[in-house]
Amino acid sequence: MTPAATAGSLVGTMNLAAESPGFLSPTGVEIAFLLVGLVTFGAAVVTVTTRQLVHAALWLVVALGGLAVEYLLLTAEFIAWVQVLIYVGSVVVLLLFGLMLTRAPIGRSPDADSGNRWVALAVAVAAAAALVWVVVDAFRTTWIDLDGAPAGSTDVTGASLFQHWVLPFEALSVLLLAALVGAIVLSRKAKAAAAGGGTATPPAAPPPTAAPPAGGRTSGPGASGTTDAGRDTEGTR
Amino acid sequence: MHLAYPAVLSVLLFCTGLYGVLARRNAILVLMSVELMLNAVNLNLVAFDVWLSRAAEETLHSGQALTLFTIAIAAAEIGIGLAIVLAVYRNRGTSDIDKLRDTAEGHEPDGPDTDVSDSDASATQAAAEKAEATA
Repeated sequence: MTPAATAGSLVGTMNLAAESPGFLSPTGVEIAFLLVGLVTFGAAVVTVTTRQLVHAALWLVVALGGLAVEYLLLTAEFIAWVQVLIYVGSVVVLLLFGLMLTRAPIGRSPDADSGNRWVALAVAVAAAAALVWVVVDAFRTTWIDLDGAPAGSTDVTGASLFQHWVLPFEALSVLLLAALVGAIVLSRKAKAAAAGGGTATPPAAPPPTAAPPAGGRTSGPGASGTTDAGRDTEGTR
Repeated sequence: MHLAYPAVLSVLLFCTGLYGVLARRNAILVLMSVELMLNAVNLNLVAFDVWLSRAAEETLHSGQALTLFTIAIAAAEIGIGLAIVLAVYRNRGTSDIDKLRDTAEGHEPDGPDTDVSDSDASATQAAAEKAEATA
């Protein structure tokens, strides 16, 4: 009865309100969390298993939106809206742009999964089994108290962020600036090469001074991709 | 709410992302799976922050601050990652991870050429020269 005693000391206020919360009598928040969690997990599974690349990005929207709803259920409102703004708003749009810039044929692609998918499945299932066992065993008698004021409103989050976390916040702005400059540099090189190479030669063509093995290596898998790359840089220019 | 609900959902999402990272061939799909793993970590951070802010009177809200930092770093990572993937696609004509084997040891490139005279070092050097020349 020691786990029950420690749980009672941890969630004493919760136990005053409802004497013994249990698995067999889930609250409404738990049922909602479970349903949204099922939708989120299903969307995530479809994201990593579908063969249509654009559908994967759209199912990722469902998974990330479901996670935003889970944050709302955990009373972390600010995180939920940041999740909607940044992930659903910008990251997925970036991913869709990347997909459409690199894969010209939109549709079913049979080579989306690599050959070692069964090994990957075994590793993932083993990791999931071990982690679920450990986590459930560790937090079997732990309850979150969701009553009262929300734990993650904009007021509370802003106060803690700008009182205790100012220095990491400013360091993060430097990191974002570095990422911005890095992305611009990485994109500018290809564009300058396309502008300098002219329209006749595609940028992926090997220079004449390069060794013949290099030309043979790149033209093996990318013989059809060379024209795609040329058309791609034509489109972006 | 029982803490096991968000913890188990986080574990399942993380392992889904793990499968995606290991099994996918396209680099952008791998980036999507990395996003799933990062979101699983975020859910864990938020759930434990909400628990500890009540149970242990923790007022730092370190979990939520770390979640915001993780989201910002993930946004930066996806920008840089997509820029790298696009640069690789322009240079090589493919974004399949299985075909980017220039720095692999012990693997001969599975191309049509059977030119075994060059070692991996010279091939990598030639590829680097090509990348420099195109850049």
